[in-house]
Amino acid sequence: MEKQLLRITVNNEYHELYVKPKRLLVEVLRDELELTGTKRGCNTGACCACTVLLNGVTVKSCSILAMQADGTEVTTVEGLAEGGKLSPIQRSFLDHGAYQCGFCTSGMLISATALINEKPSPTKKQIKEAIHGNICRCTGYNSIIRAIKAVAEGKYKEEE
Amino acid sequence: MMKKYSVINTPIHNIDGIAKITGRAEYAFDIKLPHMLYGKILRSPYPHAKILKINTKKAEGLTGVKAVVTGKDTLGIKQGIWRRFKELCDEEILARSKVRYIGEPVAAVAAVDEDTAEEALDLIEVEYESLPGVFGPLEAIKQGAPQLHEHAERNINVTRHIEWGDVDEGFKKADHVREDWFRCSSQHHVCMETHNAVASFTPDKKLTVWTSTQSHYYIQVLLSWVLGLRENDVRVISRYTGGGFGSKFELDSAQFCSSLLSMKLFKPVKIILTREEEFMATKRRTPMFYYLRTGVKKDGTFLAKEGRVFTEGGAYTSMGATALYLTGFFQAFPYVWPSYRYDGYRVYTNTAPTSAMRGFGAPQATFCAETQIDLIANDLGIDPIKIRRKNAMYPGYEVPGQATIQSCGLSQCLDKIEKWIKSQGKLPPNRGIGIAAYGFMSGGIFNWFDTPYAFSSAVIQVKIDGKVDLYIGSQDMGQGSNTTMTMICAEELGVQVEDIRLHMGDTESCPVDLGAWGSRETLMQGNAVKMAAAKAKQQIIEYAAAKLSPNIVYDLDIKDRWVHLIARPERGLSYYDVVKEAIRGKDGQPIIARGHYTPHRKGMISPAYSFGVQAVDAEVDPDTGKITLKNCVTAHDCGQVINPLGVKGQLEGAMAMAAGYGFTEDLPMDEGKILNPNLVDYKVLRATEMPETKVIEVETYEPEGPFGAKEAGEGLTNPTAGALGNAVFHATGLSIKNLPITPEKVLEALKEKKKEEKK
Ligand code: FES
Ligand code: FES
Repeated sequence: MEKQLLRITVNNEYHELYVKPKRLLVEVLRDELELTGTKRGCNTGACCACTVLLNGVTVKSCSILAMQADGTEVTTVEGLAEGGKLSPIQRSFLDHGAYQCGFCTSGMLISATALINEKPSPTKKQIKEAIHGNICRCTGYNSIIRAIKAVAEGKYKEEE
Repeated sequence: MMKKYSVINTPIHNIDGIAKITGRAEYAFDIKLPHMLYGKILRSPYPHAKILKINTKKAEGLTGVKAVVTGKDTLGIKQGIWRRFKELCDEEILARSKVRYIGEPVAAVAAVDEDTAEEALDLIEVEYESLPGVFGPLEAIKQGAPQLHEHAERNINVTRHIEWGDVDEGFKKADHVREDWFRCSSQHHVCMETHNAVASFTPDKKLTVWTSTQSHYYIQVLLSWVLGLRENDVRVISRYTGGGFGSKFELDSAQFCSSLLSMKLFKPVKIILTREEEFMATKRRTPMFYYLRTGVKKDGTFLAKEGRVFTEGGAYTSMGATALYLTGFFQAFPYVWPSYRYDGYRVYTNTAPTSAMRGFGAPQATFCAETQIDLIANDLGIDPIKIRRKNAMYPGYEVPGQATIQSCGLSQCLDKIEKWIKSQGKLPPNRGIGIAAYGFMSGGIFNWFDTPYAFSSAVIQVKIDGKVDLYIGSQDMGQGSNTTMTMICAEELGVQVEDIRLHMGDTESCPVDLGAWGSRETLMQGNAVKMAAAKAKQQIIEYAAAKLSPNIVYDLDIKDRWVHLIARPERGLSYYDVVKEAIRGKDGQPIIARGHYTPHRKGMISPAYSFGVQAVDAEVDPDTGKITLKNCVTAHDCGQVINPLGVKGQLEGAMAMAAGYGFTEDLPMDEGKILNPNLVDYKVLRATEMPETKVIEVETYEPEGPFGAKEAGEGLTNPTAGALGNAVFHATGLSIKNLPITPEKVLEALKEKKKEEKK
């Protein structure tokens, strides 16, 4: 099938590229744009390792076609830190040891970022629900929950 | 007074943290090389069949396909990780004449992209002659059962006998004897990074493989063997590994097939296993059928124990031999048994091979042992804590002919857990607290791999600006050993973590270490690093001595970048200044030191053991059988804690995985076919199911370990299934001896109980 033109803004950078209509968003991000921070743990929508923000909302990038993201703005884990400055969620993940092997971490950070953007002070229950889909085989989740909670409690407010 | 430690026992960010949280950490999964091809593996749909013919013509003719390989393209070497014993090397990886499990590789394709490679698999024609299969160890060991391997009559792969004391006499003296049968299920590691490799063979006959592994050294040695290459013409690189848990230190199909294809094509070939392949055809936890007979005195004193186990080996030996050994040893842990007899049989079956998984046979042993101890306590009307305390191992105890226990904080752990249980007061109905005690090794001793090298080595180079290059062979798969080694080096050398630059994950530049399995890194690699750092420090101190110690009996040390007299710490020099002078003084050579560690005369199993007690508070819904975890509290003795942040993470992570083993995870099969090879039907714990966790550290000092440290991350996989089962027992009066403890089993048992009560 003929390739189609995809216009997409990823981490504030605008790209135009030709992709096969069957290409998944995760493939374009990883293989074409070389943003390999986004991982794949299953390819069937069951682990959320591939989670990115699409116009600010979380999507599993293995579950949508690249062309469905035409004209949108995507944020991947590489877009969380600005100019070398880590985001509050990232700093909190560091302090709380909220990652081990790191393979689920990109998806976790994105899910956590979306939650905090939407509900700046979530309850513990809401935090757990927000990352329910994200499988982590290493940490047992509690360090991740503590990390998100600390951000929600304002412990990582941006210094002016 | 100076603080005892300036680095150790302070929570430290994982040194790989920034790379991991910014998405920059490059896993083998992410590697892309110029002109790289993509590979796929064709796998057997039969559990047991002869391969009559393979026709690859059509597949080779497909546009975009570059090469197809089958068993014919290999040297036909039967490999295995137990290299020391030829009969245990039984796996070809690409089968030549016979397949023995569903998912066994029979051919591999390299093509311009994954879709094309996948399409080509459908074009490979394999003619099989199906053979009758056998799927459980109890059937496979019977006379006349279909035989998997010519050399293994009755499918017996490995046997193991352990015995001490007079068992028969013990039973004679016993006031109470119990017999129970248990079934321990399988479990999959479910690493988030599936097995994968990128292999690149160049015309100078050198092979480089980027892969996700727990031991680059093992992969280097095994690959060079099966490919007929010189050991050091194979370079294995694994900077980051997305989870291991025991699944990634044997040679796997991605590594082997990508290498074969690359050797044919002189181009890089990448193979990533899909999640489904990962479930169907990579190794898994060993299912076990356990028979236990136990004799005790009226007051709960243990007298005799007899264990017999039949393990489902799957089609090949792999690391399953070790699991069979360790489950026998840990069946008698962490208690004093005056007499003990164990007979283990590992039986070949037409299922995916079973092997190492976190806990390595001990979670199975601990589940059975701890369940039975609560049943005995209940029979005799003794408190579960008291019966354990009465029989607990203690420092200095010798396991006859097997091991010497040095540090042991088990009784303190029991005290802490008892206190916590008391603080909970009376529980509502259908709630129960169960406990389980456990222990684990800090690295194995037996050299089944037959390495000629020290078990762990480290090299240090101190540069002119005081920066320390530390080269280690151990592998960080998420457990945090990179950070642990950096901390040990910094502490011993007297600098800070920022002064260390770590080099790991590459056989070309790193000294040999056997890898991250059996909880060996902290103790073994840690001792090697400490030795290297101590030697480097000595060289630096020698240069400072002339200036600082006019009296020969004055001793010097370095701490927090300050080279000083121990007796008068305020008298000293900057570490950085001394290093500069030392290097100039050595005719411009950097300071170089080496360290190594091999356990000599440390018993049969391990140089040191961790201990702990875990309490699980669970609620059982009598209408649905559903179990909800409320709380999980663990008192844990891992010796001196190196990185508190790391230890806590290890304990919580192990608990989540072990709880999964206890009540949600299973690999049901039909004639050797796994029925739930995906992350929807295979249920790992999710964030919403995690209970509150609390960790109580009981610090001891382990004389064998660096700074007194020992195992911290694996042993905690042992207690949870047993503690959970005991919680269900105390909540409902039901003892379920068949893992996992699912709602269906709980309901079934409740029904049975009601029937009994009616009678
Ligand atoms: S890779 Fe997309 S959900 Fe698992
Ligand atoms: S950190 Fe390894 S899967 Fe989450």
